[in-house]
Amino acid sequence: MSQVQTTTQATEGITATQRWNIRRALSQTGTTGDAVFRIVLFASVFIILAIVVGMVGMMLSNAMPAIKHFGFGFLTGKNWDPVRNEFGALPFIYGTIVSSVLAVLIAVPISLGIAIFLVEQAPRKIAQPIAFLVELLAAIPSVVYGLWGIFVLAPFIREHLGPILQKYLGWLPLFQGKLTGIGMLTGGIILAIMITPIITAIVRDVLTAVPVTQREAALALGATKWETTKVVLDNAASGIAGAIVLGLGRAIGETMAVTMVIGNMPQISASLFEPAYTIASVLASNFAEATDELYLSSLILIGLILFVVTFIVNGLAKLLVMTVTRGKSGTAKAA
Amino acid sequence: MSVSNKVFQFTALLLSFLLLVLSFACSKPTGGNSGGAVKLQGVGATFPAPIYKKWVDEYGKVNPNAQIDYQSQGSGAGVKAAQNQTADFGASDAPMSDEDLKQAKGELLHIPTVLGAVVITYNLAGVSKPLQFSPETINDIFLGKIQKWDDAKIKADNPDATLPANDISVVFRSDGSGTTEVFTDYMTKVSPEWKEKVGPKGKNIKLPEGIGIGAKGNEGVTGQIKNTPNTIGYVEFIYAKQNGLPIAPIKNSTGKFIEPTLETVSAAAAEMLADTPEDLRVSITNSKGEKAYPISSYTYILIYKDQKDAAKGKVLVDFLWWATHDGVKFAQEKDYAPLPSEIVKKVETKLNAITSGGKPLRQ
Amino acid sequence: MAVALLLIILSYIAVRGITSINYEFLTDTPKPVGEGGGIGNAIVGSLIMILLASAVGMPIGIAAGVYLAEFGDNWFGKFIRFITDTLTGIPSIIVGIFVFTLIVLPMGRASAWAGGMALALIMIPIVARTTEEMIRLVPNSLREGALALGAPQWRVTTGVVLPAAAPGIATGAMLAVARVCGETAPLLFTALGSRFYNIELDQPMASLTVQIYNYAIGPYDVEHKMAWAATLVLMTLILLTNIAVRYLTRKKY
Repeated sequence: MSQVQTTTQATEGITATQRWNIRRALSQTGTTGDAVFRIVLFASVFIILAIVVGMVGMMLSNAMPAIKHFGFGFLTGKNWDPVRNEFGALPFIYGTIVSSVLAVLIAVPISLGIAIFLVEQAPRKIAQPIAFLVELLAAIPSVVYGLWGIFVLAPFIREHLGPILQKYLGWLPLFQGKLTGIGMLTGGIILAIMITPIITAIVRDVLTAVPVTQREAALALGATKWETTKVVLDNAASGIAGAIVLGLGRAIGETMAVTMVIGNMPQISASLFEPAYTIASVLASNFAEATDELYLSSLILIGLILFVVTFIVNGLAKLLVMTVTRGKSGTAKAA
Repeated sequence: MSVSNKVFQFTALLLSFLLLVLSFACSKPTGGNSGGAVKLQGVGATFPAPIYKKWVDEYGKVNPNAQIDYQSQGSGAGVKAAQNQTADFGASDAPMSDEDLKQAKGELLHIPTVLGAVVITYNLAGVSKPLQFSPETINDIFLGKIQKWDDAKIKADNPDATLPANDISVVFRSDGSGTTEVFTDYMTKVSPEWKEKVGPKGKNIKLPEGIGIGAKGNEGVTGQIKNTPNTIGYVEFIYAKQNGLPIAPIKNSTGKFIEPTLETVSAAAAEMLADTPEDLRVSITNSKGEKAYPISSYTYILIYKDQKDAAKGKVLVDFLWWATHDGVKFAQEKDYAPLPSEIVKKVETKLNAITSGGKPLRQ
Repeated sequence: MAVALLLIILSYIAVRGITSINYEFLTDTPKPVGEGGGIGNAIVGSLIMILLASAVGMPIGIAAGVYLAEFGDNWFGKFIRFITDTLTGIPSIIVGIFVFTLIVLPMGRASAWAGGMALALIMIPIVARTTEEMIRLVPNSLREGALALGAPQWRVTTGVVLPAAAPGIATGAMLAVARVCGETAPLLFTALGSRFYNIELDQPMASLTVQIYNYAIGPYDVEHKMAWAATLVLMTLILLTNIAVRYLTRKKY
């Protein structure tokens, strides 16, 4: 019984196009094809490797003067003083991590919400145009986001959102301090808006690709629409993790928009209203004009640190998603 | 039926669309290497970009063979482009230092083109006339010693103004910039305390802990000030004027409060002629003279004394000659102060000295 | 909802920019401030460089993605995946500096080649990772069916798996293109910009993003309006490309 059912299931699951493709695929054979194929693939991977090695190598060699001069103190130094040639990376590491994490915390629920809405609930006619609009957001140049941030978002936070947060949550150190509209919170929100399209688009595709059988099985067992959605989400966990990582990547590396609204003060403060500084911002602001060797070298060193920060944050994000979903889904997909 | 068919159709459509666009592009008069045209690329400061762009456009009408393009990326990029010869000429607000000059691939000349001013601007409700400031007041505001708008020192500078008791928010440039360099150059001259607490002049400014918000670019500072009440900062003159922000008269070295205008900025350069060295690298902030606006500066174009390409060199030299003579009226229209006539003479001498392969390019 | 926010931003741009769009704006070259001018050369420049970037970046990215999905379950694959993830987070300015050192300095000038390469470098990791995720979602029954019928591995992948994952890969490609369309910093260092129409790849070339950037940071309000208008044009172009790609790779049910 099971044998017959699986074959019919297999053929029913394949569309006409795919059947045709399989037939075409069969018309050519040969292991040379395989060898060429693997070489091509490997070459492309090698190119990526070469890019990374090249970039890291170039940055390392340019960062040497700063490494020799500051040593480990660079990582823990809190002072960034181009005038006196004292550089420390800690405020920037803090700024980058906090703003990116904030962005992901805000963006992920919104993106998941939109994606689920588009895939599970919305009729096709609405879903397609909305999907396009969301992807369009990804194309807006960051400088435009930055300007919108200065002219619309910052005043909004200063005059509306900020006071509300201070009124109800002001006992948290997160929301204390002078409210100018420019600061960590504004930076985080702009980043969240910028990474939402990425996460939404990928999650949408991932959700669409979950086999219909999963949904049908859940419904057949009597699950509600919401519970079915949860089943679908579990199946898609690895893809969702990938989407979050990509979004995180964008948030960490974003330059222009953040620079314009985050206040560009190298300081570490518990308050989200205070200005801050990210690694990408300080690089973008100062690289073009820096002519002093130690200054340039320190900037490049801080860029190198960004690589490391990205490594760590990515790893943690993946770990988090995997542990959250490991218990639920039976299939452990490769990370 | 198959995907590859679709891809083929799509690519065919795309290619034909591209051909359409390109043929359109090629039919336009400018661009490409229409026989005999000399192309020049300049990179550098954002401050003079509007006038340089106007000049290259107008000069193209005077000499249709010349296709000059100027891209603004900041003084630092201009200096680097000149040093590395990745452009035909560079542009910088601040003159290059001796170390920077050593890194160039030959002798680099500084040709001043126009003058500009850095202004103090602010956002304060309820004030009818622009407030004026003395250097001591500016010093104290930026160092955090004056924290409210109704402070006694501000009142002393502005006896008739009604000042509210609001907190002052300082806005400074977070990115490296020529504007900051001019401003800090002025402040280090007028205030020893500044030199001690903030540091020597430079492209970056580091105010004491906790003071101020950093904004990116002149446009960032302008936007911040425009949109946030009770702020004060320093920007290039044109940004303040074009955005309707108040421009503060500053007390100059003779004790008079001077507004930045074409005359007062040119006066700043003229009064410093005696102190101007032969290579024309000079700072004219805190200039002598009654009529001088104290935060003024030259802006320079950087070119090699010996030009590799004679054809390009000739166009370059002719262009610069035209700009500093016939181009002056365009500069004034755009609110750039013209060079004093003595400086123009020195520019002429320099331009005449530029050679290619040993032969001077201007007869 | 979030859709409302989206519409707010889009309408803000539209309102600010729509008045500046006319035929001249779309076809003319930039002029000194106050004399009109347009973004024609910037549109052409952007198209050329993005095509250049895609021609290089897509094949490499898709191939890498295929590798990671089909052969990447060992330690090497994990390593490459990790690196690729990190690469997606590089500030584009570092890519610009890298390409500047690699291509612009030896060449002695800015060029469209350098600009295209910089954009390709940004595209590759995004395309690779999304391709991998989408290929992983293709059910194994498809692969097994093809293999059982005697197809060689490479044919299974190119002829069966890739077409099945095509809509998803297209999403990744479009995301990468959209991301790259909005990038300014790498182009500033590499392709510089120009006020002329130019199709020579070894010369500086204008691009929409750099032009928008230049207009946006200038002091003149008329230029600000042109920046908004140019953004509108940019987004329309991307929308059209998006629709086209979606149409071509849609699954037929």
